[in-house]
Amino acid sequence: MKKLSARRRHPLAAVVVLFIALAACAGLYTALAPADKAVAEETAQTLTIEEGKKLYAVGCASCHGTGGQGTSDGPSLVGVGAAAVDFQVGTGRMPAQQPGAQVPKKKNIYSQAEIDQLAAYIASLGAGPEIPTENAYNPEGADIAEGGELFRTNCAQCHNFTGKGGALSKGKYAPSLEGVDPKHIYEAMQTGPQNMPSFPDTTMSEENKKDIIAYLEAVNSSDTVEPGGLSLGGLGPVSEGLFGWVFGLGTLIAVAVWVAARTAKAKKS
Amino acid sequence: MSTASTTDARDKRGKAPAGERVADWADGRLGIYSLAKANMRKIFPDHWSFMLGEVCMYSFIIIILTGVYLTLFFHPSMNEVEYHGPYVPLQGQLMSEAFNSTMHISFEVRGGLLIRQIHHWAALVFLAGMFVHMMRVFFTGAFRKPREVNWLFGFLLFVLGMFTGFTGYSLPDDLLSGTGVRFMEGAVLSVPIVGTYLSFFLFGGEFPGGDFVARFYSVHILLLPGIMLGLMVAHLILVFYHKHTQFAGPGKTNNNVVGMPLLPVYMAKAGGFFFLVFGVIAIISAIATINPIWTIGPYRPDQVSTGAQPDWYMGFSEGLIRVMPGWEINFWGHTLVLGVFIPLVIFPLVLVAIAVYPFIESWVTGDKREHHILDRPRNAPTRTAFGVAWITWYMVLLIGGGNDLWATHFHLSINAITWFVRIAFFVAPVVAFIITKRICLGLQRRDRDKILHGRETGIIKRLPHGEFIEVHEPLSQEQLHTLTAHEQYKPAEIGPAVDENGVARKITRREKLRAKLSKGYYSEDNQILKPTVEEYKEITSGHGHH
Repeated sequence: MKKLSARRRHPLAAVVVLFIALAACAGLYTALAPADKAVAEETAQTLTIEEGKKLYAVGCASCHGTGGQGTSDGPSLVGVGAAAVDFQVGTGRMPAQQPGAQVPKKKNIYSQAEIDQLAAYIASLGAGPEIPTENAYNPEGADIAEGGELFRTNCAQCHNFTGKGGALSKGKYAPSLEGVDPKHIYEAMQTGPQNMPSFPDTTMSEENKKDIIAYLEAVNSSDTVEPGGLSLGGLGPVSEGLFGWVFGLGTLIAVAVWVAARTAKAKKS
Repeated sequence: MSTASTTDARDKRGKAPAGERVADWADGRLGIYSLAKANMRKIFPDHWSFMLGEVCMYSFIIIILTGVYLTLFFHPSMNEVEYHGPYVPLQGQLMSEAFNSTMHISFEVRGGLLIRQIHHWAALVFLAGMFVHMMRVFFTGAFRKPREVNWLFGFLLFVLGMFTGFTGYSLPDDLLSGTGVRFMEGAVLSVPIVGTYLSFFLFGGEFPGGDFVARFYSVHILLLPGIMLGLMVAHLILVFYHKHTQFAGPGKTNNNVVGMPLLPVYMAKAGGFFFLVFGVIAIISAIATINPIWTIGPYRPDQVSTGAQPDWYMGFSEGLIRVMPGWEINFWGHTLVLGVFIPLVIFPLVLVAIAVYPFIESWVTGDKREHHILDRPRNAPTRTAFGVAWITWYMVLLIGGGNDLWATHFHLSINAITWFVRIAFFVAPVVAFIITKRICLGLQRRDRDKILHGRETGIIKRLPHGEFIEVHEPLSQEQLHTLTAHEQYKPAEIGPAVDENGVARKITRREKLRAKLSKGYYSEDNQILKPTVEEYKEITSGHGHH
């Protein structure tokens, strides 16, 4: 410190102090001030929303209104959140082909980028559930048995024991859950699309949702093992009864006709 | 041959063969020779539809055999245990011991799942077989004297089969069957005044309690099958005693049976047929799942699934309850649940409707004779129409029972289906009755034409003067006999209104009703009179008439 103190009256001391002060200010500014990148991101966000708005105007506005406020043909989308858009458009349900008891799932014609743009626009109208990250719905390591119990308690009354689907009143229905993307199952639980009740995280935790997804993966997917043979649609006694009549009794009657035709008579009458 | 000479013959040939000695020994104690003599040459006629009863008997035997195997591993207890078996999606779940042991049978016992599936598939086939067998007997009039009692035995077997099936379906204590038992509890509770008491008696307290699996188990493996076995033996004894019916044909009369003897022909055929039935059921059980309790999960009263239906034979009761409007009456703090109680009352009536028909018909015809020749369904139009109307009724209720699956698979509204069933419940049997009767009468007219004008050969002949005619080939004597063998009743008359002294006779309403019904059965609008010999002779005497 003595060395520094001895040179404090050096003619260049003021310059050095000024330089240090400037450097500190610049450093602090770079460290604390919003970076250029952030500005760029914000612009990108705005751009996404803008793009989404354009897509919305083409595909959705005729029913949901020009500003997502809803019309007599479609509900308001304010506050439904990005997750709802990702589910409805991602499964091809929206844009709807025609009004009806329930909008069916069909081929999705939007790319994931376009869906994200639409979702960003809708999310900008009002706060709602976000699109989940893969971490949230990846069923790895979840408790399958717990998921089964939760499924039977909360889902089976409409979707059947293993998610084969079922009927609701007046042409509405709970769709089959076979082959549905885990993300979409998660979003459906989160947002409660169409006739489904919603199960937000306060009612059903993220972990429980994962358990349910894991259960469905175990009992209703292409990897499901059927120890008893053909599952006959997994619909229970109605399809079993039909099978029993047609293939069980049907075969036996055919066999009976065959046996009766083979008579011991020398000449058939 | 005298005893002495038999002994001589034996002395000459040495000792009798072992088989003969065993048979002699048995005859001395069981009297098998006279039994065999009386029955070994018993004649059975040949027709595939006469083997439907055999299908039932064999599937019943298969059910008993597989059922015995299942009892070795099944624990009829409702104690709660935690699952630690190999099926991952249920590990750590709480369940009753009944469910746990059924899981054990399905996944750990050697051949357990196959045997379970054979048991269950055979039960579905057994009931379906009884249904079709019963309809065969119905449509051919095989229930007429002397077989009315056997008809009732068969009917009872069907009804008991339904309940044996239901109790068996409930034993694994899975979510599906538990819902079915809950349904039954609801039906019991709907009975006015005593409903609650009956339910508490049945379940040993509040539903589900800890008793019903053990109770259903005794009923399922002991009580009902025991009664059914007894009834089946009685059914068979009566078949032997009455001798089998046969279709009309040359050489077949009401006093004979034309066919093949029990031994050796039918023994071989029936024995072989048993293995065919077992084989078919085993193949089906090996390729198709039935009642996969592992995906259904253990029963808990707070859970339920859509598509909760009973096995097919109870489906019509499900239909009754599903389409019934939810009516109820409240008075003085009591509730009469008509929405459940009315279906509960109609349930037995649906079954009784078909069971009492033979007695109604015999009352209408007043026929006290024995009938061993079967009717062709078309020759009894009213009976056939009634049978088809009943089947239609039953089918309409089955549609009601599966209304949710009709809705999802045909993209219909479940409410529309329910309304369809409500209306069709009353309308469809009537429509089916009318249509069937017209079809029968049409077929009778065709037979009459065939007899009088012969078979249309499809050969077109041009006559010298230019006319085209189709050549009709006269029927053979055998065919003519078969087509005219049935007898036709005359409608019953009420009789003169005054007796021989000119005093007005009292005509009861019963008599009037009977005459009216008889007219509906046998008046000229309701059956086509078969051609008389004179008509036939006149038309075939060769006056160029076509």
